[in-house]
Amino acid sequence: MMETLINSLTRALLRDDRWKMYLQGLELTLMIAAVACAIGIVIGILVASAKVAAQGSGNPVLRALNLLCEAYTTVIRGTPLVVQLLILYSLAAIPNGLTACFIGFGLNSGAYVSEIFRSGIQSVDIGQMEAGRSLGLSRGATMRFIILPQAVKNVLPALFNEFIALVKETSIAGYIAVNELTKMANNIKSRTYDFTPFLLAAAIYLILTFMLTRLQKRIERRFAKSDKDR
Amino acid sequence: MIRTVDLRKRFGKLDVLNGISEHIEQSEKVAIIGPSGSGKSTFLRCLNLLDIPTSGEVWFDGKNITDPRCDADATRRLIGMVFQHFNLFPNMTILENITLAPVRLRLKSKEEADRAALALLERIGLADKANAYSATLSGGQKQRVAIVRALAMEPKLMLFDEPTSALDPELVGEVLDVMKDLAMSGMTMLVITHEMAFARDASDRVIFMDGGLIVEQSSPDVLLSNPRHARTRQFLQRLLQEA
Ligand SMILES: Nc1ncnc2c1ncn2[C@@H]1O[C@H](COP(=O)(O)OP(=O)(O)OP(=O)(O)O)[C@@H](O)[C@H]1O
Ligand SMILES: [Mg+2]
Repeated sequence: MMETLINSLTRALLRDDRWKMYLQGLELTLMIAAVACAIGIVIGILVASAKVAAQGSGNPVLRALNLLCEAYTTVIRGTPLVVQLLILYSLAAIPNGLTACFIGFGLNSGAYVSEIFRSGIQSVDIGQMEAGRSLGLSRGATMRFIILPQAVKNVLPALFNEFIALVKETSIAGYIAVNELTKMANNIKSRTYDFTPFLLAAAIYLILTFMLTRLQKRIERRFAKSDKDR
Repeated sequence: MIRTVDLRKRFGKLDVLNGISEHIEQSEKVAIIGPSGSGKSTFLRCLNLLDIPTSGEVWFDGKNITDPRCDADATRRLIGMVFQHFNLFPNMTILENITLAPVRLRLKSKEEADRAALALLERIGLADKANAYSATLSGGQKQRVAIVRALAMEPKLMLFDEPTSALDPELVGEVLDVMKDLAMSGMTMLVITHEMAFARDASDRVIFMDGGLIVEQSSPDVLLSNPRHARTRQFLQRLLQEA
C-alpha cells in the first residue's frame, strides 16, 4: 500500500523532473488569472461608469454606450466561457492560445466585474450623492471623492471572490492547447496512466485558493476598522 | 434673496408642486410646515436644484438659476442644505467631512480649511471629535456636524429638511440650539420642521403647505394660534394630539 503510493508519487513527480511541469503549469495559470483580472478590472470600471452615467440621463451618446455595454454583459454572461475561448482561438487575428486566454478570460471577467462595480456604486446611500451635490461638488467630483471610495470597500469581497473563481476557471484553458496546471497534469497522466497527477493539481489549486481566501479576510478586516455605520 | 415664480414639479404623472410663487428676504427665517407628501421637501430641493423644476423659475441673488446656462454647481456652493438623515461621509473623519468641499473646490487651502473647520467645531463644542469617524457620534452630534459642514462653504442661504425628525427627543435640543445661534447670526434660513416650538421662537414667518401649494402664511403667533384655513387648523390640531 505504502509502496504503491510512493511509487505513483515518484512517477507523477520525480521521474524526468516532472515536478517542474507542474510549476510551469502553475505559472501559466497564475499569469492568465492575473492578466485577465487586470483586464477585467479596467473593462469593469469603464462599463460600470458608462452604465451609472447613463442612468437617468437623456444624453443620446450615453444611451447608445449603455446599450452597447448591456449587449456586452448579456452575451458574455449568457454563453459558456469554453465556447468563447474556442471562438477566440479560431480567429485568425489571434496568434496563439495564450493570447486568446488573456482576451477571453479578460472579457469574461470584465462582464462580471462591471456588475460588481455597478452594484457596489448603487449600494452607496443616495443621500451621499445628495450631500456631495448640495455642497457644490459636481457629479463627477462627488463620484470620485465620496461615492467610489465607499463603493470600493463594498465590492472588495466580491472582487476577491471573482479572482478566486478566475484562478479555478483557468483550468479550461487546456481546451485551446494552453499548458496551464490542469493541462500539464493531464499531459503527465498520459505517461503515468493513473490519476495521481490530478490529485496533485487539485492540491495545488486548493492551497492557492486557501491562501487567497486568507488574504481576503485580512484585507477586509483592515477596511472594516475605519467605520461601521453611517 | 431667493424668489420662485410659479414653481411646478411633477414626477411622472404625479403633480407635486402646483405653482409656488414666494419670496424670502435676506436674513429671514422661514419655517415650512404641512402634512406628509404635501411637497415640502420637493420645494426645498428645487431651490438648490437637487430636483429640477418642471416649470417656473427660481431667482437667487439676482440670477435666474433655473436657466440652463446657469452653473448649478456654483449655485449650490452658496446654498447649504441639512438633511433629515445627516448624510455625513462615513469613510472620512469629521474634519475631512467639513473640509472636503472647500478644499476640492479650491476655495481654501488645506490649512485654511482645517483652521476654519476647527473654529466651527469649537463653536458647536465638538472640537475634540475632529479626528473621529461619524459612526462614533450620537445623532445630535452628527446633525450638528452636518450643519457646520454646510456652513464651511460660507453659504448665503441655509435649507433644513426636517433636521430633528430622525433624532431621539433628548437630542433635539442641542441641534435646535445650533440653529437658533445661526438664526441669531443673521443667516437666511428655510426650515421644514415639525418642531412648533422652533417655528414659534426662531422664525419670522411660517408657511403652511398642502397639496403642492402654499395654503397660508403669516407670523408664527398668528398662524400657529389663529389660522385662517380649515386645513391648517386640522393639521395643527392633529400635531397637537400626537404630541
Ligand atoms: N424622486 C421622486 N420620484 C417620484 N416621486 C417623488 C419623488 N420625490 C418625491 N416624490 C413624491 O412627491 C410627493 C411629495 O414628496 P415630498 O417629499 O416633497 O413631501 P414632503 O412634504 O416632504 O413629505 P414628508 O413630510 O413625508 O417629508 C410624495 O408623494 C412623494 O412620494
Ligand atoms: Mg420631506
